[in-house]
Amino acid sequence: MLIDTVAKPTVKNYLNVKQGILSWLLTTDHKRIGLLYTFSITVLFFLGGFFALMMRLELLSPRNWLVSNETYNKLFTMHGIIMVWFFLIPSIPNTLGNFLVPMMIGAKDLAFPKINLASWYVFMIAACVTIYALFRGGVDTGWTFYTPFSSQFSTTYVIAAAIGIFISGFSSIMTGLNFIATIHRMRAPGLTWMRMPIFLWSTYATSVILVLATPVLAITLLMVAVERIFQVGIFDPALGGDPVLFQHMFWFYSHPAVYIMILPAFAVVSEIIPNFARKPLFGYKAVAFSSVAIAVIGFLVWGHHMFVAGTSVYSAMAFSILSYFVAVPSAIKVFNWTATIYKGSVSWETPMLYAIGFIGLFTIGGMTGLFLAALGFDVHVTDTYFVIAHFHYIMVGGSVMAFLGGFHYWWPKISGKMYPEGLGKIAALTVFLGFNLTFFPQFVLGYLGMPRRYAAYPEEFQMLHIISTAGATILGVGYILPLCYLIWSWKYGKPAGPNPWRAVGLEWTTSSPPPPHNFKETPVVYWRAYDFEAWKDRLGLVEREVEDD
Amino acid sequence: MRTALQFWPDSASTVSGEVNLFFICMLVLCGTVATGIAVFLIYSAIRYHRKRENEMGDQTRNIIPAEVTWIVTPTVLFMGIFLWGAKMYFDIERPPNDAIPMYVVAKQWMWKVQHPEGQREINELHIPVGRPVKLTMTSQDVIHSFFVPAFRTKQDVLPGRYTTEWFEATKPGKYHLFCAEYCGTKHSGMIGYVYAMAPADYQAWLTQGAPEGSLSAQGEKYFHQYGCANCHHFDNQGRCPDLRNLYMRPVQISTGQYLTADDSYLRESIYDPNAKIVYGFQANIMPNFSGQIPEDQVVALISYIKALGPSPGDQMPSSNGEVPKAYGQQPGIAGPNATSGSGSHLEQR
Amino acid sequence: MTEPTLSGTALLELREHFENPEQQRETASIGMWVFLITEVMMFGALFTGFTVYRLSNPAAFDEGSKEMTIVLGAVNTALLILSSFTMSLGTYFCSIGKTRLLSYFLILTMVIGAVFIGIKFTEYYLHWQDHKVPGFWFEYHGADARAVQMFYVFYFILTGLHVVHMTIGIGILLVMLWRNLLGSFSATYHTPVDLAGVYWSFVDIIWIFLFAIFYIPGLHLR
Repeated sequence: MLIDTVAKPTVKNYLNVKQGILSWLLTTDHKRIGLLYTFSITVLFFLGGFFALMMRLELLSPRNWLVSNETYNKLFTMHGIIMVWFFLIPSIPNTLGNFLVPMMIGAKDLAFPKINLASWYVFMIAACVTIYALFRGGVDTGWTFYTPFSSQFSTTYVIAAAIGIFISGFSSIMTGLNFIATIHRMRAPGLTWMRMPIFLWSTYATSVILVLATPVLAITLLMVAVERIFQVGIFDPALGGDPVLFQHMFWFYSHPAVYIMILPAFAVVSEIIPNFARKPLFGYKAVAFSSVAIAVIGFLVWGHHMFVAGTSVYSAMAFSILSYFVAVPSAIKVFNWTATIYKGSVSWETPMLYAIGFIGLFTIGGMTGLFLAALGFDVHVTDTYFVIAHFHYIMVGGSVMAFLGGFHYWWPKISGKMYPEGLGKIAALTVFLGFNLTFFPQFVLGYLGMPRRYAAYPEEFQMLHIISTAGATILGVGYILPLCYLIWSWKYGKPAGPNPWRAVGLEWTTSSPPPPHNFKETPVVYWRAYDFEAWKDRLGLVEREVEDD
Repeated sequence: MRTALQFWPDSASTVSGEVNLFFICMLVLCGTVATGIAVFLIYSAIRYHRKRENEMGDQTRNIIPAEVTWIVTPTVLFMGIFLWGAKMYFDIERPPNDAIPMYVVAKQWMWKVQHPEGQREINELHIPVGRPVKLTMTSQDVIHSFFVPAFRTKQDVLPGRYTTEWFEATKPGKYHLFCAEYCGTKHSGMIGYVYAMAPADYQAWLTQGAPEGSLSAQGEKYFHQYGCANCHHFDNQGRCPDLRNLYMRPVQISTGQYLTADDSYLRESIYDPNAKIVYGFQANIMPNFSGQIPEDQVVALISYIKALGPSPGDQMPSSNGEVPKAYGQQPGIAGPNATSGSGSHLEQR
Repeated sequence: MTEPTLSGTALLELREHFENPEQQRETASIGMWVFLITEVMMFGALFTGFTVYRLSNPAAFDEGSKEMTIVLGAVNTALLILSSFTMSLGTYFCSIGKTRLLSYFLILTMVIGAVFIGIKFTEYYLHWQDHKVPGFWFEYHGADARAVQMFYVFYFILTGLHVVHMTIGIGILLVMLWRNLLGSFSATYHTPVDLAGVYWSFVDIIWIFLFAIFYIPGLHLR
């Protein structure tokens, strides 16, 4: 009691400038909205993760020993829906992106702060509708909602789930629109496009995809709902519709959506690596334009999800070759990140461990994409665990690793506190090992022919499934650990100071946590991105002494 | 034979060897590159580990030749991979002409197979080793996918249309058959076995269990049962087109377009007769059999129509001993010289 | 770069996170155009679906189109083009400072929009009487009833979505009217009115496409 009354000299920052629950619910500060999103998607991530854990437990045995077929089908559907639309798509853009984009461009806020807040409310409404579907008994269509199963045959709460996702689309669009307008018009004096940190390039590319692709998904799911409610033919062949048209429209969104998930991960890694190697990002222009190239070409490859769906061999060839083209920019990025580390001044702090882990896992994920894009090979492995392993390497090994790395990197800026470094390293290693143990066996399972979405399976697959489940438990621990110590450090961590990493970037020039409008006065940018030469004196850095090898 | 821990699948078809080879080559190539990146990454991270807290790294921003190298090299490699993948795809997708035609009707949650000799199987498929088999498949409800891992082939099975898949087993054995496209509650129960048998064993298997006669004979029965024969006369005098020598021949429809009378067209003409009326005939004559004739009986009817022509060696229907007239003389059915339509796509004249 | 002379409202309406009114105007403008791109994608998806099915059932879709009341459609098209014109006049008068005229033209535009919606619902009522409402009451005794029904499904989704956009548009114009009556707009600050005008015109253009695909193709069958 007595201690509370002792007045501490505090600087006004975005966290303490206003108090009370309403000051959060009605805030238009991009940093607070970023934290609101962080809270929401963390809850949803662990919900989705719980479903995944249940699935992994069920797959310990070749027979249904834990859950019924119905339940298993609902588990993987809800896992997919929640992880894709309520975790991965908003994960980095709406948390770190919201927090960092205005700071990185030297602005006071995003272009449309009220729309930003509205997007969080819309997101929460969408999440509530989806969770309503969950509590009413769930959905069993798979996150892909393939017709005519979803529109005519499923007896579960498809409409509620589709409407939930439909609503979440508006949230995505609002965010994307906000970022585009902000990056176009709100940059600080001197911050030209070619001086922007790669984080902004990637976020910009992500926003373009969000804005262009999301409306198509929204309208596609709306049509599924209309077909289901009114029993009229749109996609059901029994009513004159074409189920493959649904697949085209769905993947026209959902393939670019993969890039919505991974481009922000590129964004984070492209910040962490130069700053922890104290070396400018190698091939800045190539990395920047490769993000844009991915956003553009990413719209032309959706058909590679449909090589065995009954489309013509010639369209399959076109989609296959375009899929290889979209792999080139990803390869460029991997090589440039690797080259950045070479001859750097490399520290092994937690964010860097995540970033290096990311490169490894993303490389495997990307390379197995080359396997899948090969038409004749895809025929065998599509719809098997090979695909499951492939996209988890991209989305979990890629996006989630980058998400965690980014949160460790910017945690001092967000909270003003340092997280415990030792625990951070342990968690990073746990996640890396647990992840590989979970998903690498699934590549083997896939080539053996284990189909996806099977609640029970032939006995010869059991051992690999057991290994995978064992890995998943380790992975689960690896995710809970950061949750605990980050919350702990929010209160008890050491104060971080404005720039604990001696990193280059506008966000590190302001105090931690930042003041409500980020900067005392609008900064002027006269340096290129990751310009350690220009920041040398400010950061107190020295050139490395030449060593004689 | 099977153990709890398996690392390599059975390989038992003419394409599985090449798929395996592709997989191994890709593993070697990607494995080498990935290992190279990993070694370089770890080497750099250790070799250039920060020694002093305030030390900067080298400040090189770009080396253009390096950048060009790792843009061009992957692109070239990727094109090579693409070509190999596309070549395999054509092998996997294009059935040989001499393939045994079999029909698959999928439904939640079983596979129903019909052999041309009349055998019916559920969740099992018996095939001879050394002969290509072509499956013409459709679904009664949702989308399924016919997947035989040991044959390295898979094809979605769609409601409302036919898709095809082929394979040629090279090794006798019992192989998994999976449904690979999620189809509802018992998706994981929609499994079965493909039995590849030595030709002699297969012949022995064929001799048993076709009480209803061959598929085309069953089709002929339905042809009369559903009253098709009342209008589709074999003398060109009926209100409906003569069906002799129709199969896989060009047909002119009322819009003036030509199409090929393949399985898909025949199926559509039974379920939705007014969709494509043969030139010179009236619409709204034939009743709509959608919901009246199940898919497996349509398969038998198509098999019957197929047996009516065009292969010269095929048996003529027992109900009609006449030799069919030439194609061009039939009203509305174009002669072979009219167009060289192939495939089921429409061609505008 | 010379700052335009600022009257009171431009500074009053400047949000605190912008440096100057010019930046605010440009940002708002880009926001609206990006939003319209999302609208194009959304309607584009529906147009694509319509096109795919029309290509496979051209005759049935023409049959469906034959049932449309072309006169009502044409009147509605004319009305919407007229409303775009009145809306543009409104923004023009606002930009030269005649805000009272802006109010009149906003009211006029809203009235035309309301008449459009009224006519649209009259058509819907006629479809109901014809038993051409898929999912509720659909009867068609022709060669390809399923495809004709498909035509109507797209007709109702697309025109329904358009009516929703029209309604939102009238709502936006009401807000503009309210703010204008409060004195927010002037010759130097009229970005919201301009953007409302852009949105209104966009909705009009969508209708012209709808008129073209739903009403025109059946004309030759009459």
